Amino acid sequence: MELLSGGDMLVRALQDEGVELIFGYPGGSALHIYDAIFRQKGIKHLLVRHEQGATHSADGYARATGKTGVVLVTSGPGATNAITGIATAYMDSIPMVVISGQVPSDKIGEDAFQETDMVGCSRPIVKHSFLVKKAEEIPEVVKKAFYIASTGRPGPVVIDIPKDVTNPVDRYPYAYPEKLRMRSYTPAGKGHTGQIRKAVALLLSAKRPVIYAGGGVVQGDGSELLTELAQRLNFPVTNTLMGLGAYPGTDKRFLGMLGMHGTFEANTAMHHADVILAVGARFDDRVTNTPNKFCPGAKVIHIDVDPASISKTITADVPIVGTVQSVLKEMLEMLKASKEMPDQSAIVDWWRQIDDWRERHGLYTAPRYRTDGDMLMPQEVISAVHQITNGDAYVTSDVGQHQMFAAQYYLFDKPRRWINSGGLGTMGFGLPAALGVKAAHPDAEVVCVTGEGSIQMCIQELSTATQYNLPVKILCLNNQALGMVKQWQEMQYEGRLSNSVYEESLPDFIKLAEAYGHLGMKIEHRDELHGKLAEAFAIKDRTVFIDVYVDPSEHVYPMQVMPNGSMRDMWLSKTERT
Amino acid sequence: MRRIISVLMENEPGALSRVVGLFSQRGYNIESLTVAPTEDATLSRLTLTTIGDDHKIEQITKNLNKLIDVVKLVDLTEGSHIERELLLVKVRATGAQRDEVKRSVDIFRGQIVDVTSNMYTVQVSGTSEKLDAFLQALGEHTIMEVVRSGVSGIARGEKILSI
Ligand SMILES: Cc1cc2nc3c(=O)[nH]c(=O)nc-3n(C[C@H](O)[C@H](O)[C@H](O)COP(=O)(O)OP(=O)(O)OC[C@H]3O[C@@H](n4cnc5c(N)ncnc54)[C@H](O)[C@@H]3O)c2cc1C
Ligand SMILES: Cc1ncc(C[n+]2csc(CCOP(=O)(O)OP(=O)(O)O)c2C)c(N)n1
Ligand SMILES: [Mg+2]
Repeated sequence: MELLSGGDMLVRALQDEGVELIFGYPGGSALHIYDAIFRQKGIKHLLVRHEQGATHSADGYARATGKTGVVLVTSGPGATNAITGIATAYMDSIPMVVISGQVPSDKIGEDAFQETDMVGCSRPIVKHSFLVKKAEEIPEVVKKAFYIASTGRPGPVVIDIPKDVTNPVDRYPYAYPEKLRMRSYTPAGKGHTGQIRKAVALLLSAKRPVIYAGGGVVQGDGSELLTELAQRLNFPVTNTLMGLGAYPGTDKRFLGMLGMHGTFEANTAMHHADVILAVGARFDDRVTNTPNKFCPGAKVIHIDVDPASISKTITADVPIVGTVQSVLKEMLEMLKASKEMPDQSAIVDWWRQIDDWRERHGLYTAPRYRTDGDMLMPQEVISAVHQITNGDAYVTSDVGQHQMFAAQYYLFDKPRRWINSGGLGTMGFGLPAALGVKAAHPDAEVVCVTGEGSIQMCIQELSTATQYNLPVKILCLNNQALGMVKQWQEMQYEGRLSNSVYEESLPDFIKLAEAYGHLGMKIEHRDELHGKLAEAFAIKDRTVFIDVYVDPSEHVYPMQVMPNGSMRDMWLSKTERT
Repeated sequence: MRRIISVLMENEPGALSRVVGLFSQRGYNIESLTVAPTEDATLSRLTLTTIGDDHKIEQITKNLNKLIDVVKLVDLTEGSHIERELLLVKVRATGAQRDEVKRSVDIFRGQIVDVTSNMYTVQVSGTSEKLDAFLQALGEHTIMEVVRSGVSGIARGEKILSI
């Protein structure tokens, strides 16, 4: 058997696992590993400018491809800088493996230079973690880490490796395990057939059904099956923020997003539904509003790979533990075999009702924002980008109003195209995530929709884009404020704008972009919007920072009434309530 | 309701902190906790008592099961079971008190395991309720120090928790 050092073993194991890309940042405890990376071919390493960027880039890469994102950082500050990105991936169930260097084994616990207890720090935000004690363990730990990260409900896994374990002098026999047996980890596969049969009967009896699909359908590659099911039954579909693209956004059966900033038709249909089919969605509080007022007349079928997601906040009438793919497949087979269909006249009436809601307040039947003012509206900017990119771009986003406008107005027809931080809501996610997507899909159009607040949280990654020639479009909806915070202050704090504006301190983003070697473009007026966007999107080989000045007074609507509201209680504009 | 949850988990460093961390992270409370290796050195057995309604207990067991180190678990309170806790207590015992303490120890089938001229060290085992009752019988002013092991438990009959 081949003899390898710990560092070489780690890199070889990553190769054997099929890793192509690592996002990372070196430092003392990781130097043996970095040297091993230098001496190999096969895996490409991208040097970011901040470890948070590395985690978000790996995350974006994972969301866009379905593969596990890989991060390499050093101990201490390198490891703690990665924490926000690990938490981001954890909350959205994204497969990621984070390798952190650690101080030498004999120094652990001595407050050694750049020592932090990474396993301890990351414990609440990882699916699992390993502290490697001997080089011989490396192949198996790597194999387990990737297996755990990518199966069941995916999530981040940390591998913390003391420096002595990777030292180049000691060599050990290397073999990558072919199979794994873990008696303590058996992710769910197929759902219970009896439960699926019950679910099918309930679906067939539905008069006012809604399919509520989430991130699990995107991550679990269940979109095609979901689409087939919805179209076969002619049921309306709504997606969570994480589920956008799971069902084609431009299809007539799509009601738009549901929840806090969901559409009137989606939230109202949910409220009046008699049967809800929840697929790979977790009844987040941004969706349900007040749990005991949630969909009072509905029977709930809940498909999720994680039993702990089921009946956590909303009790499921028909719980089904299994992967979306296997369960939806079995459901479809049963439906086809039974040849039964739901009561067609009831479904037609239900659609008539939904179309009426759409006509009244739907986001897609008429513009629900002012179009008579001088200032550009953020919604029209997103719609214009949708048009120019034929709805086919990968869109990453930061967090705030711009994120919600992107979610509402860029109608995603395909899964894995909408890449945003939903669960943690991490400002700073957008740009590094876009670079991760671009690294995975060099020929694709990648747009980062951001705000002048969020972009400054990981702006340093503009330099990574330069170094590796990752040309993305940065669309900054510049409202000169922490808009989402400001909206809440205007709605709930009588307009006291505590620390949500910058008082003329914003940088000139055009010059900033140019300083990093990119192109900058400013858009201020409606009549230049389409022309300038077309110009920007015609540029394929440079990163373009498009700074769009939008109406700072605009709010995101609909917005559910909180606290104590039900799903259908919404503000539809600054003055109009349901 | 009070529950006794018994967990078989990998005997790995970090496993215990993951269990404990889960409880604090999700706001579940732990009343008592005991852990030790089993006859199979690769496994530890952890027993914890907690309080919660059915919904909370369901979430606790689901989330425990999600921990990669947890191999198997059982809520002992769902069936008939034997529960035991060990109590060691130092009791002030001088003069007439000495006999009185000894009588209480006998009634609760405890043992005096150490003596000085001023005190007894007493060992009692049984359910937590019984230990509470014993401490109450001793009376606060005689008690100098109390150590309780936390609850251990095992199902009655042929049911076993193993892999
Ligand atoms: C400013 C802001 C506003 C927001 N407003 C809204 C809003 O209006 N509406 C909204 O929906 N969200 C909103 N969110 C996002 C929200 O916080 C949650 O992140 C989101 O609702 C969760 O989406 P999800 O239910 O699809 O679950 P996800 O977090 O995507 O979880 C996926 C679920 O699917 C399961 N799963 C994963 N893989 C599989 C598989 N293969 N098979 C079966 N199951 C699987 C997982 O176990 C999990 O339960 C907002 C976030 C921010 C930052
Ligand atoms: C790291 C982080 N800190 C704070 C917040 C709270 N927060 C949510 S939205 C928002 C404002 C974002 O401002 P900007 O990026 O300009 O977007 P806008 O809402 O103006 O479109 C803030 C501060 C957050 N989500 N993430
Ligand atoms: Mg802003």
